[in-house]
Amino acid sequence: MANKVFTDATAALNDVFDGATLVVGGFGLCGIPENSIQALLDKGVKGLTCVSNNAGVDEWGLGLLLKTRQIKKMVSSYVGENALFEQLYMKGELEVEFVPQGTLAERIRAGGAGIPAFYTPTGVGTPVADGKETRMIDGREYVLERGIKGDFALVKAWKGDTFGNLIFRKSARNFNPMAATAGRVTIAEVEELVPAGELDPDQIHTPGVYVQRIFQGRDYQKRIEQKTLSK
Amino acid sequence: MPLSRDQIAKRIAQEVEDGFTVNLGIGIPTLVANFVPPNLSVMLQSENGILGVGPFPRESEVDPDLINAGKQTVTTLKGASFFSSADSFAMIRGGHIDLTILGAMEVDEEGNIANWMVPGKMIKGMGGAMDLVAGAKKVIVAMQHADKEGQSKLRKKCSLPLTGKKCINKVVTDLGVIEITPQGFVLIEHAPDVTPQEVLSKTEGKMTISPECRPMRLD
Repeated sequence: MANKVFTDATAALNDVFDGATLVVGGFGLCGIPENSIQALLDKGVKGLTCVSNNAGVDEWGLGLLLKTRQIKKMVSSYVGENALFEQLYMKGELEVEFVPQGTLAERIRAGGAGIPAFYTPTGVGTPVADGKETRMIDGREYVLERGIKGDFALVKAWKGDTFGNLIFRKSARNFNPMAATAGRVTIAEVEELVPAGELDPDQIHTPGVYVQRIFQGRDYQKRIEQKTLSK
Repeated sequence: MPLSRDQIAKRIAQEVEDGFTVNLGIGIPTLVANFVPPNLSVMLQSENGILGVGPFPRESEVDPDLINAGKQTVTTLKGASFFSSADSFAMIRGGHIDLTILGAMEVDEEGNIANWMVPGKMIKGMGGAMDLVAGAKKVIVAMQHADKEGQSKLRKKCSLPLTGKKCINKVVTDLGVIEITPQGFVLIEHAPDVTPQEVLSKTEGKMTISPECRPMRLD
């Protein structure tokens, strides 16, 4: 069995290059690859395209890489929580492709599943469909959307094993399973790394075949954007 | 008196049926959950990947791995499940969600909705709204009848870029309940202290008053 285990994020992300396309898991700040983002920050790679549902907040998540201007383009569905993002975008210093959330999830899934494009009803008659092929199927109009693949995928799971099998926890699963399939090199960081054989095969969410590198992350902050309590 | 935000939510809660799976947008739609009668079995879906969203947590229950689509901490109910965002939108697009309730900047006679971008202003993104209006079995809009400048938000034709085409079934505003029909807007209920004529005069799009139009019941 090829060794997929790396000591830390710096080692696992050593060959990420300027201009790379990264498919990044997470929703808001939930289930984001904290260690990998820090490694990108330390490494200082530039001109990145990040395919990620959100762009973090000003001081956390992908927001950290916006601050250092390492990201050239974001492919996202919602970026409302980030003031710096707004500034860069309005000044034309950041390119943004807005994609409906379900279309984004499916484009990443398709990219990883060998489907180059698919028809969806989402976005028909809206600016999202501008310039795209549309087609009537059984009396309804659909728009053709392309699959997405990345040079690297950065995902965060709860538990993983040395073969790269992953288990996510609660709503931290979100975009991570699709992202894991869409990287030419998929790098998974986990809270707990165990030897192959210790995870129940029936409970695996992402089979290890999709994961090329895995490491046990550290110092997880798991920041909460909107801590809301019952009254 | 026009309805308060809570009263709009209370009226929309009457649209929720036993056994429904419902997705609630941010703002007034979120409040609807507070008014669904407890004897109904309703599953709330959160598009990041939860079916069976429960109330907000107590301090001791807060879990950063458990948030809703508004990024708020939540809990889960008995029978809940977690899944990926791809599965979540398969559920939405595939017509497995009975009802979605969302806000809007404009709706029009044809049932078009605009709620995500104003040209020239910062765009925050559409999130899951385009998928929800394209895929849910029933789409209800919760909004104020007029914008801050007093302009009717029920338009002849939406002036803003659309979120979805011919997809809205019903609109509940602070002034009334409006159905979208092939003949345009039809007023089926009016706020208790507002006359149907007044609703008509405050609506830009073509609206007719249903012969069965009655005051909203809010108790």
